[in-house]
Amino acid sequence: MTAMSSTPPLPGRALVQGAAQAEALVSGEPLSFWGGYDQLTGEIIDRRHPLSGENAAGKILVLPASRGSSTTAAVLLEAIRQNKAPAVIITMGTDRFLTLAAIVAEEMYDRTVGIVSIDADGFASLAGAREIRVDSTGIVTRVA
Amino acid sequence: MTLHLTDKDRAFLDGEHGPAGRFAMSILVRMAEAQDAEAMLDIEGAHIDSTVYQGEATMEFAEHLAGLGGKVIVPSSVNVSGVDQEGWKDWAVPEDWAMKAYRQMQAYQSMGCTPTWTCAPYQTAMRPRFGQQIAWGESNAIAFANSVIGARTERYPDLMDICAAITGRVPALGLHLDENRRGDLLLRLVDVPLEVQRDDTFCTVLGYLMGKIAQEQIPVIEGVEVPPSEDDLKMLGAGGASAGAVALFHIANVTPEAPTVAAAFGGRQPTERHDIDLATLRAARGELTTGRGDAVDMVVIGSPHFSLAEFERLAPLVADERKSDRVEFLITTSRMMRALAEQAGLLEPLRAFGARITVDTCILTTPMLPDTINTIMTNSAKYAYYSPGLLNARVIFGGLADCVRTAVAGRVERDETVWGT
Repeated sequence: MTAMSSTPPLPGRALVQGAAQAEALVSGEPLSFWGGYDQLTGEIIDRRHPLSGENAAGKILVLPASRGSSTTAAVLLEAIRQNKAPAVIITMGTDRFLTLAAIVAEEMYDRTVGIVSIDADGFASLAGAREIRVDSTGIVTRVA
Repeated sequence: MTLHLTDKDRAFLDGEHGPAGRFAMSILVRMAEAQDAEAMLDIEGAHIDSTVYQGEATMEFAEHLAGLGGKVIVPSSVNVSGVDQEGWKDWAVPEDWAMKAYRQMQAYQSMGCTPTWTCAPYQTAMRPRFGQQIAWGESNAIAFANSVIGARTERYPDLMDICAAITGRVPALGLHLDENRRGDLLLRLVDVPLEVQRDDTFCTVLGYLMGKIAQEQIPVIEGVEVPPSEDDLKMLGAGGASAGAVALFHIANVTPEAPTVAAAFGGRQPTERHDIDLATLRAARGELTTGRGDAVDMVVIGSPHFSLAEFERLAPLVADERKSDRVEFLITTSRMMRALAEQAGLLEPLRAFGARITVDTCILTTPMLPDTINTIMTNSAKYAYYSPGLLNARVIFGGLADCVRTAVAGRVERDETVWGT
């Protein structure tokens, strides 16, 4: 804790507000949620993805972006409805597909996943993180 | 950066056009702010991909909007749904799935969408025109509309396309704007023999390779010497939108925003140049096949949905032939194309051959295939790309004539003379 608490907090941008401190799943590879995220369990099921087999429900998922299909938004919306979405997703820049799902969920179900965008340097500094804290203004702190 | 809203936009936000208009505009405005848009712009049409059934959330979203009185205010076609409304019982679709997917279809129809139920809306009467601003979902349709027609759409996520159709507005961003439609990278065909360029799998393979290289950038292709048909370009775009996220491509001397290579780049230099020769194409073609040996359970064609011109090409290939009992032969298309093919007398030879037709949906968007189908053969890069992950199926890739030959033989039969493999 002492070593890492010296890491300065990153000024992320909260596109959809959500605060959490949780285990982190970090990858530099984009992920298509259609065919890549099991909306009923939270497991990452794209067998070519480095996080394949991990369960992201309730965690802080760090990805550069989603990939490919328009249907990624629908898959994340269903995962939120099933309570199997990550607590917060951090992306490098704005990901339109994930942000949209989170906004629609907030409007429809009154619950959502936090979506935070950070810049490339901030993204790089999260490599290997095991635990992350995000506050509702989008400040991202690497805890471990 | 500040988002400037017009009085019309504010009227939607204030609920003057009803609760559905307020809901839709509030989502669009939040999306515009998240992407730092400075304004919204008018659209003249929409293609709604939100019709794909992904579970109860997509159904509840549709019924929520319909329940708020949502109505589209621009002509809106609909993409594939989660179920073949009349034919699902012939396949392995669970009844609960069929009922919910059908409710979702009804919700979109009640909002005034035109029931096209197709992933190839550009081959219907709702095809947009050059320069028109539109809001389209469905990756292959987006690529075709932008590239082949020269209409203008961003890549819209499901759920956002219907919000655009209800308000007639979208954030003024990305491919809607001139300056973002110029080419990024150059793909140059080098010494690719004309007989290969004439092969009916050439554009499909080129599209797949284009997607792998370009990812979400805008590629410009130089060196296409055999004029591609509309269906060739459809297969090319679908390949690029599957293996990558290509929403706009230019082909010099073929597509409307690329009279020349220089025009396609709009005065800029390419950021990257890639030479594509026969060996590169051959390797890409090989990647589309994941099955080994000559066993095959089903031939499936029609992704994107089969067109009338494709029915016209297929009919003589199956004349006086009969498929093997060991292999299913499935064509996925729209109700409208099926009706046109029927009127043109093209379905009778197909029935005699033993082919079946599914409409409204496709094998990737409805759970129709029984678990006895382990290996499929197809001429579609999109089916080839997604079937291993979504259906856990092995894939054999080949041209239309090879698909027919294989169905007749009951085992994989491919004529590889042209490709020299």
